[in-house]
Amino acid sequence: MLEISLSIATGMVMIALVLNLWRLFHGPDKPDRILALDTMYINSIALILLFGLFMGTAIYFEAALMIAMLGFVSTAALCKYLLRGDIIE
Amino acid sequence: MPFWVELIGSVLVLLGGFFVLMGSIGLVKMPDFYMRLHTPTKATTLGMGAILIASMFLVSYSQKGLSAHELLITIFLFITAPVSAMMMAKTGLHYHVKLHKGTSNRYLADIAKQRQSPPD
Repeated sequence: MLEISLSIATGMVMIALVLNLWRLFHGPDKPDRILALDTMYINSIALILLFGLFMGTAIYFEAALMIAMLGFVSTAALCKYLLRGDIIE
Repeated sequence: MPFWVELIGSVLVLLGGFFVLMGSIGLVKMPDFYMRLHTPTKATTLGMGAILIASMFLVSYSQKGLSAHELLITIFLFITAPVSAMMMAKTGLHYHVKLHKGTSNRYLADIAKQRQSPPD
């Protein structure tokens, strides 16, 4: 039962990633694209966690933690660049 | 694994996948940037919380000890989601992203745009 529900949840997250990709290409303004990237890295954390559960190992959680930290830093850097024209003043 | 562990894990994983999908559908369907900002920062964070609780539960059961990695990811995501949402809203105001035509209290956008951090 757990394997079936993990497969269904992985399919849902993959559809969500494709929808985010559509918003990333189609987004009318630059902040829309930043928002799509931000959502994409959160969804990729979900995908890695589901893969780790499917494989039954706990190795992938460090990778998920790295993606969480670097994704937040990249979102903050992109917003800062659009706001001020510079990242570190 | 016994049946009740698999049942709780499956329900939480399916709930998390559903809310992540709802967040991305909202990101596509909403008409306005400021409305689009709602769904990834609320629904997706809730879905991630459900998936992380399921992962913590299953790994803690299979390793016969409390697993704290997922708790770290949960705390980090729940702290950073409002901060990044606020920065993106401020960027949208700075870029004069169009408001939806039914938006009320439009004068507050200028006030929020002019707001600076308090002096030391």
